[in-house]
Amino acid sequence: MTTTSTRKPRSTLRPADRIFAGSTVIAGSLILAALAAVAVFLIAESIPALIVDPAELKGAPSSFWAYVGPLAFGTVWAAFLALVMALPISIGIALFISHFAPRRIAQGLGYIIDLLAAVPSVVFGLWGIKVLAPAVTPLYGWLVQNLGFLPFFAGGVSGTGRTILTVAIVLAVMIIPIITAVTREVFLQTPRLHEEAALALGATRWEMIQMAVIPFGRPGMISAAMLGLGRALGETMVVAMVLSPALVINFVLTGSQNPSTIAGNIALNFPEANGVDVNALIATGMILFVITLVINSIARIVINRRKAFSGAN
Amino acid sequence: MNSVLSRYKRLASIGAIAVAGTILLSSCAANEAGTTDPSAAASDLAGTIDGSGASSQGSAQEAWVAAFQTENPDVTINYDPSGSGAGREAFISGGVSFAGTDSALKQDEIDGGFAACVPDTGYIQVPAYISPIAVIFNVEGVDALNLDAPTIAGIFKGTITTWNDPAIAALNADATLPSAPITAVHRSDDSGTTKNFTDYLNKVAPEIWDAPAADPFPYQVGEAAQGTSGVVDAVTNGTNTIGYADASKAGDLGVAAIKVGDEFVDYSPEAAAAVVAGSPAGDTASDTDLVISLDRKTTDPTHYPLVLVSYIITCTEFVDAEVAPVVKAYVQYITSDAGQSEAASSAGAAPLSTDLSAKVATALESIK
Repeated sequence: MTTTSTRKPRSTLRPADRIFAGSTVIAGSLILAALAAVAVFLIAESIPALIVDPAELKGAPSSFWAYVGPLAFGTVWAAFLALVMALPISIGIALFISHFAPRRIAQGLGYIIDLLAAVPSVVFGLWGIKVLAPAVTPLYGWLVQNLGFLPFFAGGVSGTGRTILTVAIVLAVMIIPIITAVTREVFLQTPRLHEEAALALGATRWEMIQMAVIPFGRPGMISAAMLGLGRALGETMVVAMVLSPALVINFVLTGSQNPSTIAGNIALNFPEANGVDVNALIATGMILFVITLVINSIARIVINRRKAFSGAN
Repeated sequence: MNSVLSRYKRLASIGAIAVAGTILLSSCAANEAGTTDPSAAASDLAGTIDGSGASSQGSAQEAWVAAFQTENPDVTINYDPSGSGAGREAFISGGVSFAGTDSALKQDEIDGGFAACVPDTGYIQVPAYISPIAVIFNVEGVDALNLDAPTIAGIFKGTITTWNDPAIAALNADATLPSAPITAVHRSDDSGTTKNFTDYLNKVAPEIWDAPAADPFPYQVGEAAQGTSGVVDAVTNGTNTIGYADASKAGDLGVAAIKVGDEFVDYSPEAAAAVVAGSPAGDTASDTDLVISLDRKTTDPTHYPLVLVSYIITCTEFVDAEVAPVVKAYVQYITSDAGQSEAASSAGAAPLSTDLSAKVATALESIK
């Protein structure tokens, strides 16, 4: 006993330790350097578009902000719609896996959900064009006919189903795996004692979930939603392929004229852009960079503030 | 929890970089040349030439490059479909040996000179790729449709909104047109197809189509879809839709006949080649500049005026003399019967007429 307690820990590092420590530091700083390089690139390349006479930009908008405004709106709007659809479903799946499903089914379902996250977005895009859009067109017709008094379904109905609602549905399918995976892990961390205490007090299983699981998991659910939102904001291929875009700001879900998103707009217009139009597209990319940065920062703040409970520390 | 959450957090920040990286890479992903076949017949030609420009020529260029490199194993040709404007800029600044462009060189571009060419030796501009544009439709119970330019302009501008509009009905006495609303689909990306489509409408029906020809679709009406295949797909899967696309991609869709003079002309490669052959020379034309001012207002019913003509621009005398024989042979191949039929089979282009082909061959002889 005495010998072990008096022995000093080794202070000299072996070369292997140094090399390993050094390489992890390099790896860690590399990602920061890459992020900084992207930021510098975006800012430097954006400046020409910001100072040029807006009449020289494509479509001659009144200012650069008039050009990026509808795109920024469409980006946030599509991601928000996707989140509204995906969040309840994801939480439902997560609760089913963590608290309702038999163990074997829960495991299998978990794998399938994770598998969904691995499907490339271009495949989702093809599915959106080929399957979803034609399938929802009659439904949109019905919505416009019967709920046309709501601003969401005002005006003419799209004849092809390539609306922002269709895009949002595809985006929702894409972010469900992320939100489900995170919330499932949070729900599984609910202290067993809380759950058993609730059940012992006579709560039904639903009441137990309301009293013990949901309050415990709320910060985790919020951060999961933010992460899903982050992915939806930056999604490019699905929007470029499925959406029928226009430079407009409106809340109509079923019309032909839909606000495009920043990422989708870049993908569509970059191949043929030249001169200052390239700078304009990069400048919109910078706006997207800022939007995603803000969203991710909020997510991080939420996680940090509640990390004592969320298990995310 | 830890691992899963942090994995996604990290993914989000990596995503931002990946998006930017994708943008950078996508501009040069398509210029990878096909592999050469070493067993093919040997030729004296050797070297690497770079071209860039119109993406409309992209798939034809891929086929040309593959075929030419098979014939000439020591030659490497790179074509970057970066867009017509970018291609002309790259050629003017000397970055590439030849450029493809949907819009002919402007006078001030010619006056400015070309960095790759020996000063004051002139340049070559020849038509290389003719692509007819079809007006495609998918309307219940309608197999054939006749349209004239003012009606097409009205449909795509949103002033004609239902299929049984009197303007359409007057042109289609035999058809039973539904009272359904029209869904007009245009390109959501910038495109030479849109530019030529709008140029046709602007020239023939200027009182309705008041926007000048341009790569982006000018009006905020109708639906938009990405690329030719996107438009074809939207028209196919939608209901009571109409759109415009490269004729070769129309597939089983109905294709409208366009009113030329007093007759309705169906699209055909011959009619498309005929309008190019029958059009007068453009403003900058010379022995080596075979620019064409497309006669959109033609009244000859053997002509189909809704076509896209894409040019190849290159030097007569190169500063870098080594590339001259390769460029010459390559452009000669492109505009030859073999090259044109290659483009017809791989990209659905309409071949150059014999007459025009001969003029092009003469012009190319001046490359030294």
